[in-house]
Amino acid sequence: MDVQLLFRIAGVGIIVAVMATVLKQAGKDEQGQMVTLVGVLVVLMMVVTLLGKFFNLVKATFGMY
Amino acid sequence: MPKARGEGPVEIVQIVGLGLLAGMLISLLRQHKPELAMQLSIAAGVMLFVLMMAKVLRVVEVMQSLASRANLEQAHMDTVLKIIGIAYIADFGAQVLSDAGEKAVATKVEMAGKIIIMLLAVPIILGVLDAILKLLG
Repeated sequence: MDVQLLFRIAGVGIIVAVMATVLKQAGKDEQGQMVTLVGVLVVLMMVVTLLGKFFNLVKATFGMY
Repeated sequence: MPKARGEGPVEIVQIVGLGLLAGMLISLLRQHKPELAMQLSIAAGVMLFVLMMAKVLRVVEVMQSLASRANLEQAHMDTVLKIIGIAYIADFGAQVLSDAGEKAVATKVEMAGKIIIMLLAVPIILGVLDAILKLLG
């Protein structure tokens, strides 16, 4: 559980935002939307893994099974 | 036992730093990609929570040792701990949802948490009622 994950998510977000803007300027809105979608999915994978770990930790701490 | 880095009272600096950093990144992302900002805020929230979980575990251990010294029934203590855990998780989910502007879903999550807590508390309530009846009779 370290801060690197925060930076990774923020980095993906910034890169996706820049790429979507550039693609939009180049008149390729479709690709821009695909990039956004892929970025959201990639981050979602990380966040879901983190959430799973978190729920397991809470369950173990309070003995809820 | 040697202290790990950032343990003890200094930890508050770590936590405030993490919170501020996450807040800055989230407000940066929110202008361009609000959906990613929400995920970043979930990740930040989980991290702060996990940082505190070790401390919570220690508090839970103290509570359990107190309960066993007071000869409380272990099953009741387990129920109380489960209720605390459910409250934490439900509150976390509801807050993330209301942050993302989904107030309606957040309210439902909170309601589900309350109902599950009530169901868990039924045996304790019955035990209290039984004790009262025994005192009266």
